[in-house]
Amino acid sequence: MRRAEFAIEWALFACALVSVGTTAGIILVLTVETLAFLREVPIAEFLFGTEWTPLFATPRFGVLPLVAGTVLVSAIAMLVALPMGLLSAVYLSEYAPPRLRRTVKPVLEILAGVPTVVYGYFALLFVTPLLQRVIPGLAGFNALGPGIVMGIMILPLVSSLSEDAMQAVPRGLREGSYALGASRMQTSLRVVVPAALSGITAACILAVSRAIGETMIVAIAAGQQPRLTWNPLVPIETMTAYIVQVSLGDTPQGTIEYRTIFAVGMLLFLGTFLLNLASAWLRERFREVYG
Amino acid sequence: MIKVRAERLNFYYGATRALQDISVAVQPNVVTAFIGPSGCGKSTFLRTLNRMNDIVPGTRVEGRVLIDDADIYAPGVDVVALRRRVGMVFQKSNPFPKSIFENVAYGLRINNMAGSRSELAGRVEESLRQAALWGEVKDRLHESALAISGGQQQRLCIARALAVRPEILLMDEPASALDPIATQRIEELIYDLKQAYTIVIVTHNMQQAARVSDYTAFFWLGRLVEYDRTDKIFTNPAEQLTEDYVTGRFG
Amino acid sequence: MRRLPDRAFQAVALAVLCLALAALAALILDVWRDGASRLSWDFLTGFPSRRAESAGIWHALTGSVFVILVTAALAVPIGVGAAIYLEEYGTRSLLARLIEINITNLAAVPSIIYGLLGLGLFVRALGMGRSVLAGASTLALLVLPVIILTTREALRAVPRSIREGSYALGATKWQTIWHQVLPVALPGILTGTILALSRAIGETAPLITIGALTFVAFVPDGLWSPFTVLPIQIFNWVSRPQPAFQVNAAAAILVLLALLLTMNAAAVWLRDRYQKKLV
Repeated sequence: MRRAEFAIEWALFACALVSVGTTAGIILVLTVETLAFLREVPIAEFLFGTEWTPLFATPRFGVLPLVAGTVLVSAIAMLVALPMGLLSAVYLSEYAPPRLRRTVKPVLEILAGVPTVVYGYFALLFVTPLLQRVIPGLAGFNALGPGIVMGIMILPLVSSLSEDAMQAVPRGLREGSYALGASRMQTSLRVVVPAALSGITAACILAVSRAIGETMIVAIAAGQQPRLTWNPLVPIETMTAYIVQVSLGDTPQGTIEYRTIFAVGMLLFLGTFLLNLASAWLRERFREVYG
Repeated sequence: MIKVRAERLNFYYGATRALQDISVAVQPNVVTAFIGPSGCGKSTFLRTLNRMNDIVPGTRVEGRVLIDDADIYAPGVDVVALRRRVGMVFQKSNPFPKSIFENVAYGLRINNMAGSRSELAGRVEESLRQAALWGEVKDRLHESALAISGGQQQRLCIARALAVRPEILLMDEPASALDPIATQRIEELIYDLKQAYTIVIVTHNMQQAARVSDYTAFFWLGRLVEYDRTDKIFTNPAEQLTEDYVTGRFG
Repeated sequence: MRRLPDRAFQAVALAVLCLALAALAALILDVWRDGASRLSWDFLTGFPSRRAESAGIWHALTGSVFVILVTAALAVPIGVGAAIYLEEYGTRSLLARLIEINITNLAAVPSIIYGLLGLGLFVRALGMGRSVLAGASTLALLVLPVIILTTREALRAVPRSIREGSYALGATKWQTIWHQVLPVALPGILTGTILALSRAIGETAPLITIGALTFVAFVPDGLWSPFTVLPIQIFNWVSRPQPAFQVNAAAAILVLLALLLTMNAAAVWLRDRYQKKLV
C-alpha cells in the first residue's frame, strides 16, 4: 500500500519532468539544426548580412532584414499597446467604479482570446484599407496595419498585468498621498505608478516578447519581402513570417533552406527567452517588495 | 498506567522554538484539558500527538512522544497508522463537501474497514449515535454535510473521527465557534465518550476545562507551567502564574 | 482648479479604454458583415473546392475538434499530474523550484517555436509524420504550462482544513488528494483546462510549422491521418487574392469564434455553478 503511494509520487514527478523535457527538446532541436546551418553559413554572415534571399538561385543568408522587420512591427505594436494599456490599467485600477471594472475586464479578456489568425484577417482586410484612405502611399502589405492590430491584441496583456501590479500597492500609500491633499491623478501617477514600476516594467517587457513572437498577423498582412527598412508603409517580412513561408512550401528536410527556419527560430527563441527572464526577474523583485 | 507520555519535547517553527521541554503524562479514559492564553503552544502541542504538524512546512520536533510506550517519532513509524489510532477534531468544523453519510464513511473506506454495504451503514449509524447526532440527521444522511448547523457539523466531525475507532481523541477547541447550547451538547458528549476513549482537549475557556476535564495542564509561552488534577489546578494551584491565570488576573 | 487636469486625465483614460473596446466591436462587425451571408448548412458540411462558392469547412471543423480532443487527452493528465506534484509533493525542493521557473518561462515561449519543436521531435525524430498525433502532441506541449498553472491555483484554493480532516482520519497523502482535494478543485481545473484548450483551438502557427496540410479534402480518420484545422483553412483562404475566398475566410472565422464562445461560456458556467459550493 505504501509502495503504491511511492509509485504515484514518482508518476506525478514524471509528469512535472515533461515540462523540463519540453525546454530541453526546444533547445536540442534548435541547436542541432542551427549548428548544421552554421557549418555552411559563417555566423558573421548570418548575424550581420543585410540580404536575406535563401530561396533564390544565389542564396544570401543575412538575417538582419528579418530582424529589422520584426523590430519595426513590434515597435509599432508597442507604440499602440504600451500607452493605451497603461492608461487603461491606471483607469481600471484607480478610477473605475467596481461595477465597470467587473464588466470591462472580461471584455478585455475576450480581446486577448481572439485567435491571431482572426487579427490577421482584420489587419489585412479592415485596418490596412482604412489606413490607405488616409495614407495614399500605403502598400497592401505593410508593417503599419499589422503593427497597430498587434498592439490592440497585446493591449489586454499590458493592461491586466499592470493593473495587477497597481492593485498590489498597499492602500496606505494612496491614503498617505490623499492625506497630503493630492488629487487622484497625482496619487496615481506620482505614488501608485512609481511604486508599481517594476511590476509594470515586467508587463511591458513581456508584451515586447509577445510581439516579437507573434506570427499569424504578420504572416497574413505584412508581406513576404525581407528588406532592411524603417519605412512602415511597404511590405516587409518578420522572422516568424519567414518560418511560416518556408513551412508552407515543400522544402525538403536536410537542405540548407530547411535549416534556415531553425536558425531563425533559434534567434527568436533566444530573444524572447532573455526578455521573459528579465520580466520574470522584475516580477519576482516586485513580489518581494509587496508580498 | 499512562496512555500518552511526552518527554522533553521541543518544537520549532523554522528558527523559533514554540514548545520548550514539555514533559507530560496523560492517563487513559480520562479527559485531559490543555489551557493557556492564545499562542501559548497548547494547540501546537496537541498537534504533535498525532504528528499533524508533519504536514506544515518548516517545522521540526525534538524529544519523544510515547503512546503505549512506543515513540511515535521513532524512525520507521507509520504516520498514517498512527493517525488512525489518534483521532482529531478541529477548532473550526471541517466537514468534507460531501454527504453526511460519506463524511462518516470516508475514514472507514480508506482504512479498509468498510466491509459490506450493510456493515458500513451499521458503523456509520453507530458513530452518529455515539456523537449524539443520529436522531437529527437519520432522515437526511445523503444531504450535503455543509447544509447542517455549525454545532451539528462539529458533532459530525466527532462522529467521523469515532468511526475509525481511535484509542485517543484529540480535540482542538472543539466548541470555540459554537453557541452555548451547541457547546453544552459537545461537553455532554465528551463526558460520555471518556468511558471508551482517552480524550485530550485544548480550550481557552477555563470554565469549560473545569467542567469537562479530570486533569488540566496550563501552558504559558511555550512551557508547561503546571499539570495536575483539574480541581487542584482551579482551587489550589502550586504556581503563582497558574493562579493568576485561572483567577483571570491576566490574559 | 486642481480638479481640471484630473478630470481631463480621467477622460483621456476612459477614451482609450473605449477605443480598445471599439476595436473589438469593429473586428466582430467587420467579420460579420463580410461573412454572415456565406454561413449555411452547406458551408459547414462542405469540403474544399476550387470554386469559392461551393467550398465548405467540414474537413477543417472535424479536424479541429479531433485534434483538440487528442490534445486534451494528452495534456490534461500530464498537466494535472505535474500540478499535483508541484503543489502537493515537491513544493520546497530546489528541483521543484527549477521546474516552476521553467514552466513560467515556457508559458511565454512563442507558439511558433513549439511548432519547430514539433517538427523536429514528433514529425521527424519520432516518425509521426504530419499526422493528427504529431499536431496534437505539439499543441499538448503548448498548453501544458497553462494547464499546470491554473490547476495549481485551483489546488491552492482548497482549504487546508479539508486536508487536515482527511489526514487526521489516517488517510495517506494520495488518498487525501484523490478523495478530498481533487473533487473540490475539479471545477477550477476544468475551467482552466477549457480556457487552455480554447487557446489551442485558435492556434495556427505551430500547426503550419509542423506541416499540417492546407489542402486536405477529407475528415481525419485516425491518429495517423493527415489533417487540417479551422485556423489553417482560414489562413489559406485569407491568403488568396480572390475576394470570394476572403468571404469564406470571414464565414469560417465566425464559426471559429462561435466555437470559442461556446467553450468560454462553458468555462464561465462551470466556475459560477461551483464557486458557491466551495467552503
